[in-house]
Formats: sequence, structure tokens, C-alpha cells
Amino acid sequence: MIPSSQKTVFIDGSLLVTESLVRAGADVFIGYPITPANLLYLYSSRRFPTFIAAPDEITTLQLMSGYSAAGRIPVTATSFPGYALMLESINMAYMMELPMVVILVQRLGPATGTATGGAQGDLALLNGTISGGLTLPVVSISGPHDGWVLAAKAVEMAVQMRTPVILLTSKEEMMTMFSFDLNALEEIKPVTRKYFKGGDSYKPYLPDENLVPAFVPLTDKNHQVRLTASTHDTCGILQNTAKEALENSVRLHKKIIKNSSGYSFYDLEEEKGAGTLIVSWGITALAAKEAAGRIRKEGKKVSLLITKTLLPVPDVYYNIMARYKKVIIAEENLTGQYRQILFGSKSPDNITGVNKFGKMISPEEIMEKFEEIYYAPNACRQAGDKFSQIVPSA
Amino acid sequence: MKESSVFLTSSPLPFCSGCGHTLVAENTGKALNKSGFSPLDVILVTDIGCHGIIDKSFNTHTVHGLHGRSVALASGISAGLNNPEKKVIVFIGDGGVSIGMQHILDAAHNNYNMTVVVHNNMLYGMTGGQPSELTPMGFKTPTLPQGVDHPNHDICKLAVTAGANYVRRITGIGDYSEFFAEAFMHPGFSLLEVLENCPSYAQKANPGIKIKNIAAESGYEEKLFASGDRKIYKTRINTGTKSLIDESKCIAPAYSSQLEKPVRIMLSGSAGEGVQNAAEFFAKAAIKSGLHATKKGSYPVTVGVGFSSAEIIISPEEIFFSGFPVPDILIITSQDGLDYARGSLSSMKPEGRVFIDNSIIPPALWNSRSANSTGPASSSTITSHDFRGRAGRKNAALYSLAYYLNIAKFFPPEAFLETLTESRLGEKINFKGMFTF
Repeated sequence: MIPSSQKTVFIDGSLLVTESLVRAGADVFIGYPITPANLLYLYSSRRFPTFIAAPDEITTLQLMSGYSAAGRIPVTATSFPGYALMLESINMAYMMELPMVVILVQRLGPATGTATGGAQGDLALLNGTISGGLTLPVVSISGPHDGWVLAAKAVEMAVQMRTPVILLTSKEEMMTMFSFDLNALEEIKPVTRKYFKGGDSYKPYLPDENLVPAFVPLTDKNHQVRLTASTHDTCGILQNTAKEALENSVRLHKKIIKNSSGYSFYDLEEEKGAGTLIVSWGITALAAKEAAGRIRKEGKKVSLLITKTLLPVPDVYYNIMARYKKVIIAEENLTGQYRQILFGSKSPDNITGVNKFGKMISPEEIMEKFEEIYYAPNACRQAGDKFSQIVPSA
Repeated sequence: MKESSVFLTSSPLPFCSGCGHTLVAENTGKALNKSGFSPLDVILVTDIGCHGIIDKSFNTHTVHGLHGRSVALASGISAGLNNPEKKVIVFIGDGGVSIGMQHILDAAHNNYNMTVVVHNNMLYGMTGGQPSELTPMGFKTPTLPQGVDHPNHDICKLAVTAGANYVRRITGIGDYSEFFAEAFMHPGFSLLEVLENCPSYAQKANPGIKIKNIAAESGYEEKLFASGDRKIYKTRINTGTKSLIDESKCIAPAYSSQLEKPVRIMLSGSAGEGVQNAAEFFAKAAIKSGLHATKKGSYPVTVGVGFSSAEIIISPEEIFFSGFPVPDILIITSQDGLDYARGSLSSMKPEGRVFIDNSIIPPALWNSRSANSTGPASSSTITSHDFRGRAGRKNAALYSLAYYLNIAKFFPPEAFLETLTESRLGEKINFKGMFTF
């Protein structure tokens, strides 16, 4: 029962995310209305200091880049069809090192698929968004409270690392209404921006010790800004494949890796003596949480890792998984996209997936996989048990 | 023509001998000298194409983006700066115009404060001389030696139609900086189209070509197309918007519930019959009774027609998984609702309950009809009730939930009635009457 001390409201995730973004300092929403990102668009039209209805998603990303270069912090929300159109422009913003947040609300594909169907099918695309194997930061929401905390963190990451950041969520999380205790909301402070403070010799792409170049907006009258999407040197001059220019492009990746260690978000419920770890992200993480609770109620031991910073993959995930004999990775897509990012197209024998296409994965389906492992011949039920082989699911 | 400009570096310009792009850069520098801007008040945005390698020759801020997208990027910069003291200039080719024509029309339509300089050499020069949408009929290119067989777009006329404040076409020969200065100082969206002759591709494919002749033959008139004073774009910034959290109404528990485990209720009816609202009020009433609740809706993309279905979970404990594999309770208030809920109905368990409106073919007759007109088999108990007849089409969904609550007593029906009475609908509808069963 809800205790009387709670300040309970009946709201949806889009509201929490929108409010969090604005409190964190994002100040312009530019978007094209696409299901299931419509509620984010609607709330943003009321809440953001500046709201721009763009005619399409390519224009959206270009306008965002322009606003960002002028010193604003832009946000958009879309789903796969829109994201696909944004791809080249996200690469441009990444190359120009322009802070912005792109909320990707996953829906069922391929193509236009089912607009009102949920899914977790876009992670592989995010992993390959930046040409050349460079990493784009991706943070995933698992539940209402994450929407509040991680939306603000996405703004902070975008500004501190000077990069587009993807806030990954899905239809069910952004459109389902739920009872929620407002007391659970921590205070969000606006992000503090660092600007160039040197003398006259500003080089737009000269990095600091964190590999991030100091930012100068196009409003500046004293330092010349050169932004370019093409391979460029530290002055922002197009340079084909000159050593300095290639090093600059590689730095974009190193910058994300170096600074992301401060943004490794995950929940870990480790149960002493458990032999199996359930790993999940996004909407399925909520089913996994419920499954873990029910498994424990049955007197069996299980641990749970909810991964929120998905890319770059925090090293700690491997350290955690290495402590278990068996790992179940549950996600709502056909082939186990995060599992493949973590372990390649052929997972080790002790890593198995629960995957589904077109319907939410239920706690029962995760429990079923757990039981299959738990009651398998020579099963390892506890941390010290002898390893027994499990055939990975397709 | 050569005149030093604080806007240009002293390095030689990077174009082929005889290329009109050199003149565009020099005329831009000269025009900016006349305009009163200082170099860092100017933001030069370049597209992809030969003209786009000009960045390093300008002492202004420079931004080099994607093919065809420079005008959209510059629109964002202009709106982000939101300052008429700044000058945003876009350099784009006829290829970029072909790719991003919509961005030019949008920018003209919104009247962003910027000048677009179209370097129209009538082909894609950087990639080997392919025709663009601005290549005139009959004009030959290395990849189209037989010549283009349809008329070109006229970007000046299109920009005027879209609402540009200033539009002029110039033949790109000699000193035309006066026209550039005029455009740079004209408030709002301005577009300059400069006709050029690509020395590497156009001249080889069209021997003896003269830009003046091509212009005359293709109807490319050299003139001022528009000089208006339509209101320029101003970015609205409202820092006083209200917190969405503060707007959300808290629901204080005023009732209690004896519910011991979660219950999944599916309400399935027709669009426009208040299904989503009814479910939301029901969930709020559950919260008023100390329960946790979730609610999600399913409906076709055309929200005003067809089915409308809501899935409600009420629970004494916090709800994590809001999915709905099988309903415990299914309430169907219309034929649309039945059609949508067939899968759920057939998957229900024996202990489940189904309530179905009287207007739908009675369950007793389902097995004697053809497959399309029957309901699916269900192992749950099915009860018929006159929801639509008792409460009317618009309130059947609300009434059906009240009816079932009165039977199940998950929480006090008074909590539901109070939630409805206190809602925005409370003044319009006599809900009390609806709670007599």
C-alpha cells in the first residue's frame, strides 16, 4: 500500500524526462512529431524556453547543430524512422563537437513497422552510428526514476564532453502512466558550462587534459570559431588525412572513452552465493527486476544487473559478469543486440539470452530461462558449483 | 576586382583558374567591407562542393557542414544567435540547392536573417560534372553528353514564392559587390544566385560556351526579383514556463483497499467513447485508495475511429513490469472492443472474468455462428450487461468500470465516484446516477 507520507501523482515517463532536461539546463527543443515520442514533443512545447516545430528530422538535427554552435543546449525526441534520417547530421554534430541530447524512443520496426508497438531494437544501430567505429554515448532508461536522473545526466554528459548523447528509451516507458512518489525526485541543478578562458590564440579543436576542446560560441567577438564536419586539424581547417587531422578524429573516440568512466550508471543487486546473474536494460529490466524478486521469494538465489550506460560499455560490467557461472541477458529484440555488443555474434557457452520480437518480455519468460538453468543436469545453482555448459539461445 | 578585405586572408584563393567561385569570394569580401560588419560578426556557413573549401580564406567565423544542408544549419545558427547585428552568410552550389531545396524554401518562409549565395555553375563540379536541378535544358555535362532534356528549376522564383525578403540573380562576371552589399544589409532572408561557368567541366562539354548566352537561352534572367520588408524571424525565449511537476496533481490516500495481489484489467471499446479517460480515472481512484497503478492505451494511429483499449494494473505493491500478457478481468463495451480483444479473450484463464456489452452478439450464440461473427472461445466466465443502454455510448466505459468495481470491491466505489466528481467532468456529468446498479 502507498504510505500516506507519499506525494503520489499519476504521470508518464515523458513528463519526468522533459522536466528533468529543462532543469538540467537544456533550453531548446526542436522536433518533428513521431510516435511514440509525441508526449515528449507535447510537454516540451509547454516547458522548454524555446520550442521549434521542425519540418523533418534532417532539418531538426541541422537546426539543433546551429543552436548548439550559438551556445544553446538543444534536445530532440524521435523513433527509428526519424533517427535513420538524422544519422549523417548526428555524425556532423559529433565531428563538430556540438553538445545536444537525442532521445530515441524505440518502437517496433523494421521500417515504419508498428508505430504504437514497443521494442528494444535500435541498439545495434546506435553502436554503429558514428562511421569508423567511434563511440557515441548511449544512456538507457529503466523505469520512471531513471527518466528523471538520467535525462539530466545526459545533458551534463553532452556539455562536459561536447558531444551528442543518446538517451535511449521505448514506447512503454514514455507513454505508460504510473503512480509515482514525487518525494523520490532529487534536486537537479543546471549544468555549468566551461568556456574558453585563454588569450588570443584560440584553436577550436585544441583539447584540454580531458581531451575536450574549450567551447566558444559563435556569438564570440574576440575568438574566431571554425567548425567543420570534414576531417580537420586543431584549427578546424580541412586537412584530408594529415597526421594531426587523423589524430583529431581518433581523439573524438578517446574523449568519450576517457570521460565516460564518470558516467557509468547501473543498478546491481548481488545476492551472496548466487550462481546466476540476470542482466537487462530498458523496459525489459523492469520485468527482470520483478523476475529476480519472485525467484528469491521461491528461496532461490539470483543476482541482477541493470545496465544503464550502454555505450561505451563500462568495464565494470565484465568484472561483474565474471563473478557468475551463468549470465542471462534479457532484451526485447530478435537477436540479443546488447549481448552481441558485449560478446560478439557467438556468445560464450555460459552466456544466454532471453529475446523476443513484437511483444514485451514477461517476468515469467525470464524466470523460465532461470529455471531451465537451475534445474539443468549438473546445474550450477551457486557461485561455487562446477560449471555446466548451456547452449545459447538463437 | 582585387581589393584587400579584412574578411579575407592574404592566401591565394583555392579555385581553378577562371572559376567564378574566386569572384564570388572577392565580391563577398568587398561587399562586407562596405557593410559595416566586423569579421567576427559574420558567420560563413559553407556546403559541400568546390565552393565549400573557401573556409580557410575567410577571417570570419566559419562552419562547414553537409551537402545540401548548409541552409538548415545556418537557419539554426541565425535563430540561435537571434541577433540582427550578426550576419550569417551561406555559400552553396547548384548541387547543394538541388539536395536541400526544402531548406531554402523553409528559410525563406520563416524569413531567417541570413543571405544565401548560390554558386550556380550548372553542374556538380567536385564529383565530375553531373547535372543538377538547376542545369538548363540542352546544357551538356561530362556524364550527360546529350544534354539535359527538361527545364531547370528557377531557385530565385521559388525563393520569392516562399517569401524571401530579397532575391537577385547576377551573372558572375566582374565587380558585383554592390549587389552583394545590398543583400547583406537587407534584413531577413536574402538570396543571391550567381551564374558561373565551370572551367573544368562545363567548357569542355559545351565548347565555346558563354555564360550570358546560356542565361539568355535558358530564361535565367539577371535581375532583382524581390526587395521586401516582411517581418524577420525572431526566436521566442520564455524562461518563465511552469514546472510540469508542479502542474501534476497529487493524489492523497483517502480510502483503503484489501487487495492482496496485482489485478490486470483490460477495458476494450471504441474510439471516442472515453475509454482512456475512464481507465485513467479508475487508476487514480485506486491510488486514492492506497494502491499502486499503471495504465496504458492502445488505439489505431487514427485516434478517432476503430478500437480503443486500456490496460490497467492495480496492485498493493510497487509495479515494475507494466506488461499485460493475460488480463485477469476483461471488459468489452463495443464490437470494436471485442474485435481488438479476441486474442486476450482466448488466452484468459478459468478464474478470469469477462464482462461484455449486451449490444454484442450474446456469447451463447457464438458457437452457432460463422467464424467471423463469433467471439473466440474463452475459458473465463462471460457475463453480459447493458453498459451502453444504461449509460449511453459516451459513458459506457466509465459505467462498466464502476459496475465491475461494485462487484469486485477492489477498493471502495466511493473513491471512484469522488475521483470523477472532482475531475474536470464533474460539473458536466451526474456520476452519482451512474453508480446505481
